[in-house]
Amino acid sequence: MSGPGLLDTVRCVAGRDLLAALRRRADVVTTLIFFVIVASLFPLGVGPETALLRMLGPGVVWVAALLASMLALGRLFASDHADGTLEQLTLAPQPLTILVLAKIAAHWLATGLPLVVVAPLLGFQFDLGADALSILLASLLLGTPTLSLIGAIGAALTLGLRGGGALLSLLVLPLYVPVLIFGAGAVEASAAGLGAAAHLSLLGALLLIALVFAPWATAVALRIAVE
Amino acid sequence: MTARINWLKYASPATFYPLAGKLAPWFFVAAALFTVAGIYVGFFVAPTDAQQGDAYRIIFIHVASAWMSMFLYIIMAFWAGVGLAFNTRLSSMMASAVAPTGALMTFIALWTGALWGKPMWGAWWVWDARLTSELILLFLYLGFMSLQAAIDDPRRADKAGAVIALVGVVNVPIIYFSVKWWNTLHQGASVSLTRSPSMAATMLLGMLLMALGFWMYSIGTSLLRARCIILERERKSEWIGQLRELRP
Repeated sequence: MSGPGLLDTVRCVAGRDLLAALRRRADVVTTLIFFVIVASLFPLGVGPETALLRMLGPGVVWVAALLASMLALGRLFASDHADGTLEQLTLAPQPLTILVLAKIAAHWLATGLPLVVVAPLLGFQFDLGADALSILLASLLLGTPTLSLIGAIGAALTLGLRGGGALLSLLVLPLYVPVLIFGAGAVEASAAGLGAAAHLSLLGALLLIALVFAPWATAVALRIAVE
Repeated sequence: MTARINWLKYASPATFYPLAGKLAPWFFVAAALFTVAGIYVGFFVAPTDAQQGDAYRIIFIHVASAWMSMFLYIIMAFWAGVGLAFNTRLSSMMASAVAPTGALMTFIALWTGALWGKPMWGAWWVWDARLTSELILLFLYLGFMSLQAAIDDPRRADKAGAVIALVGVVNVPIIYFSVKWWNTLHQGASVSLTRSPSMAATMLLGMLLMALGFWMYSIGTSLLRARCIILERERKSEWIGQLRELRP
């Protein structure tokens, strides 16, 4: 008799992570509150002049999303590593790459998607118009999964290390920079009348590349961390 | 029966250590010769530039260090990848040895670029594609070194560093092609493998001599640093106890 199929295992792994996130809603909500607070700090820092805020808005929202996404990465593998589930995942007959993809998908649904949903509210704080807001939403929708995928590599590499959070940032932020540049650039390009299609296409391309390579690199890093 | 060449003779730390010790001084001598020749050509032979005057001469350090920063990253990623794939200790030690020199070259490139940018462009720093991606290269080097420093187990450190080095190697073509793909303030490529260079021959000669000098220096320091790493990590081996320099 063969064991559970790949799709069943994926559903089980992703479902377990989503259930855990639902039960510990505080973790998810903390990330969201951090996002809102960080984005709100900038107007307090640079002054309330509307024109300036409208110019800074997309970039600030993007940086806040980046930082919030990075903060949430620590939780991706930590609890599974602590109770031994991670080792069992590496020993499972199903390919670790697919199981990791399932975990990252669940992680994004719990931490990245709420950021996308809340972003329009922050957009109103910066007096962004409707077009700018829709481009911002589209760029975040394409960009946050990429951030989760790339961040997972860093999370797997720094599993269980001291100085974990800061080291994770140092590893992952340089790799985040292209996503940030194209994401914030999409809104700026559309505001300048050049159209956001080029930037959004590049964001989509980055997402596809990350979808193909990041789970594999994360699986390699997990095996290194667990052995 | 022909004698077979042992291609992997120097893949062992015990044989590589004395070889590196013998070779390193020669590389430093070559580095000194090339650098002196390069500086002579650069400062006394190359003509004054029509547009930039004499301030352009920092190109002789800036371009050489920038080329080395990208080249050394590829070398580091290569050796780290070999160490990860074939599970060889010495390859990973070589990657760790190259990293600090690569980071230094990147820092020199960024710094001399800023010193050049201020008189030429009027700004110490602009956020164009090439400068931004070179800055990211510095962060990638620092990330590699920090990750290896944070992991106590040397084999895990080797492999984890290899993963991050290989993930980051995609940045090097981005730096290289950034002046072609984007409208940047940084000037485009004047030196190509296929076309004739668009600069005076003596300037090109000076640049190449300096690049060779920096390259020889990088090899020399990497060999010496690899020796130090070998001493640290293999300190419990028998062959280290037999070394002449360690006998009381």
